[in-house]
Amino acid sequence: MSLVSVQNVSKSYWRDSFEIPVLNNISFEISEGEFLGLMGPSGSGKTTLLNLIAGIDRPTEGAITVAGTDVTRLNESELAKWRARHVGFVFQFYNLIPVLTAFENVELPLLLSNLSKKERREHVEFALNVVGLEDRMHHYPKQLSGGQEQRVAIARAIVTDPTLLVADEPTGDLDKISAEEILKLLERLNTEFKKTIIMVTHDPRAAEKAHKLRHLDKGELS
Amino acid sequence: MKVLKLIIKNTWRHKLRTLLTILGIAIAVMAFGMLRTIITAWYAGVEASAANRIITHHRVSIIFQLPLTYREQIQHIPGVAGVSFANWFSGIYKDVNDWRNFFPRIAIENDAYFDLFPEIIISQEDRAAFAKERNGCIVGEKIAREHGFKTGDIIPLEGDIYPGHWEFVVRGFYKGRDATVDETVMFFHWKYLDEQVRQSQPGREVNVGWYVMRIQNPNDIPRISGTIDEMYLNSRASTKTETEKEFQQSFVSMSSAILTSINVISFVIIGIILLVLANTIVMAVRERTREYAVLKTLGFSKNHLIQLIGGESMVIALAGGVLGLVFTFPVAGGFAKAFPTFFPVFNVEPITITMAFGAAVVAGIAAATFPASRILRMKIVDGLRTLE
Repeated sequence: MSLVSVQNVSKSYWRDSFEIPVLNNISFEISEGEFLGLMGPSGSGKTTLLNLIAGIDRPTEGAITVAGTDVTRLNESELAKWRARHVGFVFQFYNLIPVLTAFENVELPLLLSNLSKKERREHVEFALNVVGLEDRMHHYPKQLSGGQEQRVAIARAIVTDPTLLVADEPTGDLDKISAEEILKLLERLNTEFKKTIIMVTHDPRAAEKAHKLRHLDKGELS
Repeated sequence: MKVLKLIIKNTWRHKLRTLLTILGIAIAVMAFGMLRTIITAWYAGVEASAANRIITHHRVSIIFQLPLTYREQIQHIPGVAGVSFANWFSGIYKDVNDWRNFFPRIAIENDAYFDLFPEIIISQEDRAAFAKERNGCIVGEKIAREHGFKTGDIIPLEGDIYPGHWEFVVRGFYKGRDATVDETVMFFHWKYLDEQVRQSQPGREVNVGWYVMRIQNPNDIPRISGTIDEMYLNSRASTKTETEKEFQQSFVSMSSAILTSINVISFVIIGIILLVLANTIVMAVRERTREYAVLKTLGFSKNHLIQLIGGESMVIALAGGVLGLVFTFPVAGGFAKAFPTFFPVFNVEPITITMAFGAAVVAGIAAATFPASRILRMKIVDGLRTLE
């Protein structure tokens, strides 16, 4: 069953008076429970495609449907609510809030829900338990290693039980061992928790973990 | 407010910068409060004026005197419940260069003068003692405290308008009914002034500086004022009659240029508060552009971001505002103590507190407006590309 449907999507950016095409008439589908790897050289449009699917950017043309919702038709406010409910984000540079502890960082997306404090605590502890950092929940990002920070970021991404998990170069800033841990964690989230994952990567070892690989080059899928 | 914790944590992220900003705002709020208090103090006499008193003085200027005979005629005008008169004496007490030695000295008709001023509280004993003593005087408690005057003390003055060496015996003290009453005046008998001038400067007449009238019904003030001024329109000393408030206001208006300057400076200070705070908030928000992009990505709405940025700005502004107001009271107290006679009534009024606090609130809102609007307009993908 298709969870994500990308239909004839194009995206261009404008720099001064120059139009820079990034994605050119892309169409593909992602099934529920799939672990998709997006590969391609720098500037090929991988991250742009990921951002469009995740609803943090808008295509110039085409439609993107995620779990039955055409995200290109939502306004800013609806899109923000939709992201909070349906998408978990993992960034290359973790993007944790430095003044919040691991617990508070993971709790952030839940502040947008109607959960009670007790329920939030239970969800956060569960998510930190999944990433194996329940003993570090009161540590601040600067007190954690890069791998641990990324695990906190993954806990933040899964704490709302999103429909879709998007990861942009999740191992790009990590050493080999930490990167392996993160990939194993993503693999576990996919197999054990049935999370649909789209991962942008340069790393062939990371790509091996994906069930399916799509290559982008000069804005076109191959 | 679910983002309150993040607001507090963000506020203290750069402790030194936040503390310096709060201190800067506090000093500016204190300066604003002091300047507004000075303006209020300037108008204290106007504000304390009674609605049922009118003043008659020479039409040309108060430095010209009115004949004593007017008293009898004025008191027979229907609606006038009481009339008395006074003269400005001036004089020099001790070192003329020391502001503390300046306090108003006024010659009054007799102790009945005080009946027109119920806000001046004098004990019956003091008033009786004053009435009996030819060169007795009554002094305000504030000036008595300042100079340590006690009953029986002699206050020596060197006359300027009325030359010569003058000595007055302290026979009593008065206090104000409330904080708006000037407690720095020295009152003595007009008769003593008249006698002394007749002796020392034969041929010089001492007349009346101004008449004070209590009016039974304040609605009659225009009619009575008109009647008095008409009576003396073609005399050698034509009059100008005005309410006590207008009379006091005429003194304040002499300093209008100074007051306007203080007013302008006080509002420039609000601008300074705004710049100090805006600088901090703009820097803080710029540093955290990527974090705001992440929050937007996670689904935080425009309202949440406004709360975060506006909240941080308001926390700093209010902390500075409250601290500034806390500073204002002791500083104003110290100022009043240092210059007790310069501003006889020097109180931090509720309106000053409201304005100072309001200025901090306005600065808090205004300082957050530009950075918040920038973050709201920012595209998430652009924010995520920002380097920390």
